[in-house]
Amino acid sequence: MLSVKNLSIEFSRYGSARRRTIIHPVRDLSLDIGDGEIVAVVGSSGSGKSLLAHAVLGLLPGNARTSGEILFKGTPLTSASMAALRGRAIALIPQSVAYLNPLSRVGRQVYRASRLSGKCRATAARSTDRAFARYRLDESVKSLFPFQVSGGMARRVLTATATAGDADLLIADEPTTGLDPVVARQSLSHLRELADLGKAVMLITHDIDAAVTVADRVAVIYAGTTVELTPARNFADGALRHPYSRALWNALPQQGFGFVPGNQPMEDDAVNGCIYLDRCPDRTGECRCAQPLRPVGKGHVRCCHAQG
Amino acid sequence: MHAISASFCMAKIGRLVLILSLVSTLAFTLVSLSPVDPVSAYIGIDRMQISTEQEQRIIERWGLDRPAPERFLIWAGNVLRGDLGQSMIFNEPVTTVIGKRFVTSLWLMASAWLLSGVLGFVLGVVAGTNRGSPADRVIRLYSYTLASTPSFWMGLVLLAVFSVSLGLTPICCATPPGVSPDDATLWQRLHHLILPAATLSLIGVAQIALHTREKTIDAMNSEYALFAFAQGESRAGVAWRHAVRNVALPAVTLQFASLGELFGGSVLAEQVFSYPGLGKATVEAGIRGDVPLLLGITLFSALFVFTGNLVADILYGVLDPRIRIGTEEAK
Repeated sequence: MLSVKNLSIEFSRYGSARRRTIIHPVRDLSLDIGDGEIVAVVGSSGSGKSLLAHAVLGLLPGNARTSGEILFKGTPLTSASMAALRGRAIALIPQSVAYLNPLSRVGRQVYRASRLSGKCRATAARSTDRAFARYRLDESVKSLFPFQVSGGMARRVLTATATAGDADLLIADEPTTGLDPVVARQSLSHLRELADLGKAVMLITHDIDAAVTVADRVAVIYAGTTVELTPARNFADGALRHPYSRALWNALPQQGFGFVPGNQPMEDDAVNGCIYLDRCPDRTGECRCAQPLRPVGKGHVRCCHAQG
Repeated sequence: MHAISASFCMAKIGRLVLILSLVSTLAFTLVSLSPVDPVSAYIGIDRMQISTEQEQRIIERWGLDRPAPERFLIWAGNVLRGDLGQSMIFNEPVTTVIGKRFVTSLWLMASAWLLSGVLGFVLGVVAGTNRGSPADRVIRLYSYTLASTPSFWMGLVLLAVFSVSLGLTPICCATPPGVSPDDATLWQRLHHLILPAATLSLIGVAQIALHTREKTIDAMNSEYALFAFAQGESRAGVAWRHAVRNVALPAVTLQFASLGELFGGSVLAEQVFSYPGLGKATVEAGIRGDVPLLLGITLFSALFVFTGNLVADILYGVLDPRIRIGTEEAK
């Protein structure tokens, strides 16, 4: 369904002394999502997860320069085709109700999303009703304003808005942040249902627990680079191959808050060789060479020491 | 309307009383300390022909020999009974003068207010939606230039161009010479209104356009705009369906809250165009030492500005569902 190959995103920015600096929030991102599959994109804040979503939707700011390839159903996405696919074939499930117009009623906004996906008035009204019914939202919720819905209901409203247009690829941006465990689980189970209906789901999150329980595969992102693409169960099975993936997993509370000193490279640092070089406990001389993402076992890893 | 609760009314009335008493005290103090002498203002150039004895009788009759606090209390007592006194230069009760003049000014202020509000809002939304485009540059240049233009100078330029050179518009007043306001036709009145209203609104446009532009840029970069774009909404669609509504709210309230500036602007514009409104009456009352009229107008303008702010407050509560429903649910 979606295949991202060696995506990089650069911004040019004017610094203090009127010097133009180039920052690379996304350096080398690759991943693919098949039909009926949930691929979780995990990584710390500032690793470029949200920019990936914006790049796929064609919503990067004007001063962004991208290279690499994004294929949707086998055809490369251009800015024109992205504009045509937004809302119709590719939909965003945003993070919170802040993404809804605060002065417009919820029902209108779901209906509008459905209209924008190319439906006529009557069909759009029907699919709005269906979306409300699917997520057990009462008819009365339609006349509420975004600030009146809370917690779990907000999640369902946002999912309803994104699915009112029958898109094939859904991008869920942090769907569990700030929710209590019960509501978070419910939100994830909605994504699972959508995947089981044959849709492709990109689950952007830093909740690794959530990613591991609901996703089929996980892409681990570090400083705008895919370091590992692996089946989700490899996390619990201890079969992770990249040292950063292991560090991420070991940092969870139930694994004892394992800690690796250092920070991910800044967006304006130039990096040659392994992106994780200066923090990696297993580094050797070989790590100074460029590291391609290569297939190892059932996944892909960007580490020269990884073995199948 | 649920937004207007009893406590809201009480608070507003309390504030109004406080403002009016402070304004009247301050105005009365300033007038008492000023070199304005009501007697010579009243007598004018006949001053030389009046004996000291006669002058003394006028002073006693008006109570000018009594101390200022006492005079203030007498005046304030009369004001409370609705009697603002007699205007010396118009020879009519102050309330009548203010009433008549305000109606004339109202035409001017209302048209300038509407024109600047609508035009400024539209320009601001266009500029903010197409940030960095040629349209935005032109609108910004216009706004910055006009925002730093004094309104009386603008009025003079317009007069020079449209009335003197082109002869399209009348050079002064609210009606043709010799025609009383009651006999003037609607067209005559509008014809005389064009230039002063244009002066006031051209300058008012700048502020509201810049404010709206800023708010529109915020709205177009907001999270809800991003989600709308992600749903396939076009730039114009996001502007129309999402930004405009969110920007209109602060713009409407700002426009009501700016009634004070409008009032100040009309004083200058009316002076330039000899437009016989409240602003011109203010200047005349000041120059010719008409103390009762001056105090009356001061009180009236305080009331006027207060009303504008009050309407802005109420509108916010009525128009914004977050406040309207929020207060309902809080009960």
